[in-house]
Amino acid sequence: MHIAEGYLPPLHAVAWTVVAAPFVVHGARAVVVRVREDPDAKLLLGAAGAFTFVLSALKIPSVTGSSSHPTGTGLGAVLFRPPVMALVGTVVLLFQALLLAHGGLTTLGANVFSLAVAGPWIAYGSYRAVRRLGGSLGPAVFVAAFLADLGTYTVTSAQLALAFPDPTSGFGGAFLTFASIFSITQIPLAVAEGLLTVLVVRLLVRITPDELRRLGVLRPRDTTGTEPTEAAA
Amino acid sequence: MKRSTLVNVLLIVAVVALFAIPALFIPGEYAGADGQAGDTIDATGYEPWFEPVWEPPSGEIESGIFAIQAAAGAGVLGYCLGGARTRSRQRREAPAAES
Repeated sequence: MHIAEGYLPPLHAVAWTVVAAPFVVHGARAVVVRVREDPDAKLLLGAAGAFTFVLSALKIPSVTGSSSHPTGTGLGAVLFRPPVMALVGTVVLLFQALLLAHGGLTTLGANVFSLAVAGPWIAYGSYRAVRRLGGSLGPAVFVAAFLADLGTYTVTSAQLALAFPDPTSGFGGAFLTFASIFSITQIPLAVAEGLLTVLVVRLLVRITPDELRRLGVLRPRDTTGTEPTEAAA
Repeated sequence: MKRSTLVNVLLIVAVVALFAIPALFIPGEYAGADGQAGDTIDATGYEPWFEPVWEPPSGEIESGIFAIQAAAGAGVLGYCLGGARTRSRQRREAPAAES
């Protein structure tokens, strides 16, 4: 989902930076407030950030014969709400833009918007929707991480289609071209990311059930497949 | 094997299979999707107007930095999960020890 350095026309680059900046500022404030109000949350916050750091470094082969990487933003969005991930995602993207020449400074705004804003909000929205419909924690987390991953790449496709509309078929044709590069490659990776995120949440349910309850992720009766005695102990 | 352990093992197997099956059975270059999108844009005659401030001098160094990113992330992830686990356990045991 990295739009490479210099690959957005200046007007688009500026526009996406302006759109993304308030989310990042708000996110930075959200992290400070969260840590001040709840110092105990630091460890899980660190874990969620590190999860994004690891997953976005993994370049993985996909069924289309090309490779891409997961985003890892679903976990943090579900645990700490999306604003926190706006900051975390920006840190990851800055690291990759400065040290790996993946993404870039001129395209940072657009990449932040797709990975650190759109993805986490899609994750959180779909997580809440599945929960409200009575889904248990595991399926809700899977749907959240799956859609965050796929949604990020779909937003990237739309950003590129806006900047490079097809001469004949316009935005729609260009969107299909970019989506066929990004989104189809991404489907199996998004499934894998969903499963991995569920695995981490299952681990968290076992090792820190009280924290999850405090974060509102775990309801009093939830056990997500772990032994009730262990979660209740 | 406990049911929850079995589910975890199946999750891990599924993730590994999702990564391994394309690489084993589907021929391809496995170039990055980011690069393919860039090629599509190049085909329109667009010239990038800004260069990365620094680029890894070789593919090997680039993979090395990616490895550092993954390793640093995994280290912090393990540290935080371990710390959270220990704290959670101590809190659970503390009231029991007092009574």
